Amino acid sequence: MSQTIHIEPVTRIEGHAKITIALDNDGHVADTRFQVTEFRGFERFCIGRNFWEMPGITARICGICPVSHLMASSKAGDMILGVRTPRAAIALRKLMNYAQLVQSHALSFFLLSGPDLVLGMDANPEQRNMAGLIAKHPDLARAGIRLRAFGQQVIRTLGDRSIHPAWAVPGGVRQSLSTEQREDIRKQLPEMFETVERGLDLIKDVQERMGSEKSIYGDFPSLYMGLVGPDGSLEHYDGHLRIMDADGRILEDDVGPLDAMSLITEGEKPWTYLKFPYYQPLGPEAGMYRVGPLARLNICDFAGTPRADRELREFRHYGGHGRPVSGSFYYHHARLIEIMHALERIDELLQGAEIARQRTRSRADVNCNLGIGISEAPRGTLFHRYEVDDNGVLVDVNMIIATGQNNAAMNRCIGQIATHYLRDDRLDEGLLNRVEHGIRMYDPCLSCSTHEAGRMPLQISLYAADGRKLDEISRG
Amino acid sequence: MQESSPNKSRPRLATVWLGGCSGCHMSFLDLDEAIIDLLQEVDLVYGPLVDTKEYPEQVDICLVEGAVTNLDNLKLIRQIRRSTRLVLSFGDCALTGNVTSMRNRIPVEDLLTAVYHEASSPIGAEAVEAVPALLPRVLPVHQVVRVDAVLPGCPPDVDRIAATLSALLDGQTVKLEPRMRTFG
Repeated sequence: MSQTIHIEPVTRIEGHAKITIALDNDGHVADTRFQVTEFRGFERFCIGRNFWEMPGITARICGICPVSHLMASSKAGDMILGVRTPRAAIALRKLMNYAQLVQSHALSFFLLSGPDLVLGMDANPEQRNMAGLIAKHPDLARAGIRLRAFGQQVIRTLGDRSIHPAWAVPGGVRQSLSTEQREDIRKQLPEMFETVERGLDLIKDVQERMGSEKSIYGDFPSLYMGLVGPDGSLEHYDGHLRIMDADGRILEDDVGPLDAMSLITEGEKPWTYLKFPYYQPLGPEAGMYRVGPLARLNICDFAGTPRADRELREFRHYGGHGRPVSGSFYYHHARLIEIMHALERIDELLQGAEIARQRTRSRADVNCNLGIGISEAPRGTLFHRYEVDDNGVLVDVNMIIATGQNNAAMNRCIGQIATHYLRDDRLDEGLLNRVEHGIRMYDPCLSCSTHEAGRMPLQISLYAADGRKLDEISRG
Repeated sequence: MQESSPNKSRPRLATVWLGGCSGCHMSFLDLDEAIIDLLQEVDLVYGPLVDTKEYPEQVDICLVEGAVTNLDNLKLIRQIRRSTRLVLSFGDCALTGNVTSMRNRIPVEDLLTAVYHEASSPIGAEAVEAVPALLPRVLPVHQVVRVDAVLPGCPPDVDRIAATLSALLDGQTVKLEPRMRTFG
């Protein structure tokens, strides 16, 4: 007799999804599916619109990382114009991109995953949330909220609003920063560094406490993909694409936008709206790759800022023998190192000469019919590819979103967790939350990933081999 | 702050994310430290930020982000209406369909076959079992259930959210100033 388990909705993640676990005749886990249940259709309904509208429209793919879409879309627009984007505009875009990284990572670590990490995976589900965290650890919760608020405030200062700012445009950005605004942001940095240090202490404690248990949370070989700077440093806005294998060998390097998307094929399954991209030359199984904080720290040669580099050197030990870090649980730690790096880069940018230059926008008409914009979103590499006619009207749109690229890995991860914790064909609260945490580690953004999709509550159902539903778990 | 048994006299607040981008929820989080005060006043009983799986009974206020796009949304919004005293359309997608409804001019089948190039993805018998079917057209919330108040904006900014919540929690009618009634 085999069976299937469903978890629906998955909570404290950014989107809508459910999880299904199928058992074989011996009651062992035979298959796990992370299913995204919503679809929105941007790639189709944007056809016929003008590329100038795309930053504003595609930002609405996701309210959590609208800035990522703003960046990728504006960069695709830059290519269509065929102009050199002013250096001040690039510095300002980078500033906004780092600010978003800070706010999104702070939300993921302190407010969404924090309750599991601090209160415990088995804590009472009624308390295991932001309100519970505030009640038990008010200082930590407040610090996390203020770190997120800092990122949002920088975005608001640049673009007049923290969510969906109509600020980056093909050719540059609409407005610059005053000296006073720059100083105002810099003044807040010491507190933010303090909070990220505190987060790092916390995650190191959690990792030590969990011991070998953390390897159950999705430790497996995969490829890693992301952008690196021209010198091989950690990069979130520009640079070139690099792909590394599980042993740390570099498979692709120096890949520019025109070639990057041809390396990826998007697989599809009938049971989810979320696609399964893979590295084309190796096929869907061996070509499984991961993106996001863990992947970026694995592929870069160094971070390029002093405090993040210090943390990165320590982080590399988790890989062992010079290999990449393969445990998915380390996404949390990687996220904090990235916040540290982003804060250091924000400080540098604000003091630099480029950001103070006055010209922030280059103006032109359609000069190329193809535009590809690649940028690192908090969750991983984001691709926007537009084909336009001579009037700038879109004839084809393709977007490959970070969370989709982690889809195969997330499925694998929950399979590993379910296999380990499932006992006696029964679902319990601890299993439910651990499986969900397996998803949370990737900080999936399902509004993005299915651009296409929306939110992501989750449910687990348990199914027998003959298709009978044996158990279903829901809280409430 | 009480952290154990829920106090019956505290208002029960839910937030729901239907077809939208979660930008409205992010704007709600932009209350920043004021959230700490809010959570001392209300019980957050359902939503993406808490682990409750089933929409509970006797909810006082529910902020509904997003439009109604599929069968799951339809089922949930009807249940929300039955179990909630005050239902709010929270943001432009809930209010008008907004960006989410941009697909309305395209038949669902065309939409899916265009996006899933192999057309093996959520189309066909297995898909019907596995994922909720899309409605032919995205609907704003008020076309499906009665709505008690609306909060426009894409997303509504934090001042609007604070003004609306404080009016509702004081038992007042929501009266937003003209500058707070704009879309986009």
